[in-house]
Amino acid sequence: MPISPQEILETIRMIRMEHLDIRTVTMGISLLDVKGDSLEILAENIYKKIVEKAGNLREVVEEISNKYDIPIANTRITVTPIALIARAKEDDDLFLLAEAMDKAGEEIKIDYLGGFGALVHKACTACDIALINSIPRALARLERVCSSVNVASTKSGINMEAVLLMAEKIKETAELSADRDSVACAKLVVYCNAPEDNPFMAGGFHGVGEGETAINIAISGPGTVRAALKRLPNANLAEITEEIKRTAFKITRVGELVGREISAKLGVPFGIVDLSLAPTPEEGDSIADILQAMGLEECGAPGSLAAIALLTDAVKKGGVFASSSVGGMSGTFIPVTEDAGMARAVARGSLSIEKLQAMTAVCSVGLDMVAIPGDTPVETIAGIIADEMAIGMMNNKTVGVRIIPAIGKKAGEWVEFGGLLGRAPVLSVSPFRSEGFVRRKGRIQAPLISFTN
Amino acid sequence: MCKTERAVVTVIGKDRVGIVANISSVLANHNVNILDISQTIMQDLFAMIMLVDISQSDADLSELRKELEKRAEELGVQVLIQHEDIFRFMHRV
Repeated sequence: MPISPQEILETIRMIRMEHLDIRTVTMGISLLDVKGDSLEILAENIYKKIVEKAGNLREVVEEISNKYDIPIANTRITVTPIALIARAKEDDDLFLLAEAMDKAGEEIKIDYLGGFGALVHKACTACDIALINSIPRALARLERVCSSVNVASTKSGINMEAVLLMAEKIKETAELSADRDSVACAKLVVYCNAPEDNPFMAGGFHGVGEGETAINIAISGPGTVRAALKRLPNANLAEITEEIKRTAFKITRVGELVGREISAKLGVPFGIVDLSLAPTPEEGDSIADILQAMGLEECGAPGSLAAIALLTDAVKKGGVFASSSVGGMSGTFIPVTEDAGMARAVARGSLSIEKLQAMTAVCSVGLDMVAIPGDTPVETIAGIIADEMAIGMMNNKTVGVRIIPAIGKKAGEWVEFGGLLGRAPVLSVSPFRSEGFVRRKGRIQAPLISFTN
Repeated sequence: MCKTERAVVTVIGKDRVGIVANISSVLANHNVNILDISQTIMQDLFAMIMLVDISQSDADLSELRKELEKRAEELGVQVLIQHEDIFRFMHRV
């Protein structure tokens, strides 16, 4: 059946007027075979492998973007978590390895590289500790490198010592970039149940179960969903769900097409399309605005969890059928600074950190891009992380914490990051202390629901 | 016989004399064959949609886009050229 003019115009409207674009094309690269007798040699070999595998990635991404006249916002690389290949002692500084990643990214014109991280959901090795201690300086000094550390999983519980350690590193990272509203924290995620094929940053890494390379795609489509719902002011919930499913199908198809073509051109296997609705600070490209279009006065109003649960589920139902392989995070992102509507909801007093955290229980994907006062104690940050990890662990889902203690700022003052990272007011945090709990040693054990065998 | 490779040219703007002639002449200059042409109205704006064969074109898509955009600017309209697969993929399984 030929394509009708209405269908052509619908596609154009989605891209030109409703901010439909490809958020990122991310190439995963395994570093499991990369070795070196010294850190210097290992760094050199990491650099070489990234450049060798992804040398023409940028060029191919631009070619495909051009072919369909669809914007592709970022080109990214994920690698095997560096702690798995570094073979370091506890007090080694692994900055050199992060620097090698950054240098490779600069050489081949990549926006971000993820994987300067560790998997410590049960316990830390000496090398994990060395890596985690190297994170603050790497993120503060280098432009492109992102870190994620998985500190919990449904199968192994929550490594509370790692939670506290990560809270300390978040604070250090904030202090090292205090002159830029502590923006380096935007490149650091603490995870429960981290996915191995995540194209998004800052949490993306190339998991150990992955192949040599893969192309993973993420789409940005909140603007199209919002516009579709705005056209249905009097629809009932079933009609809203259908409309979201239809829209999700269409935007996912674009991701599938771009992914297939880039993978074929590069001769790299196509990994997944991530179904997540990822907002941008552009006017209207907002999850909060979708909730408004569904009838809530503001994001955070009672009913917000129900609305976002409907949205997330409908996006998945529409998207799964559109792609040969869905993966990554595939939830709904509610990053406060990156979504102008979320930032507005905080400024209006509709959205608290507690409400946000409750929303993450139904929509994935964690407390994201949340600025908190710079003088928040490390133990309070650890408590916030532990709570979020518990949501992920008990519900068998992925959650992350990307929190920014904005040094020198108080609740209500704004942080300004610019670009895709956006801006938002600093949220207030409970003054009640968590110290006695988070400083206990050990691990919260795996919950009963993990015993499914 | 060469395989056809098709793109969709869309012109959006206020209707006026010479849009079809001007856009077609850019395409003809590069040996791009027009296979189908239709007109419709989108939110009060005139929209012209052309299905074209670019397999024999002496310019690639980005060069064509540049020239079309230059001409469109003179006409006070917007023009897009996109490989047809994006429409096929989005609207058909």
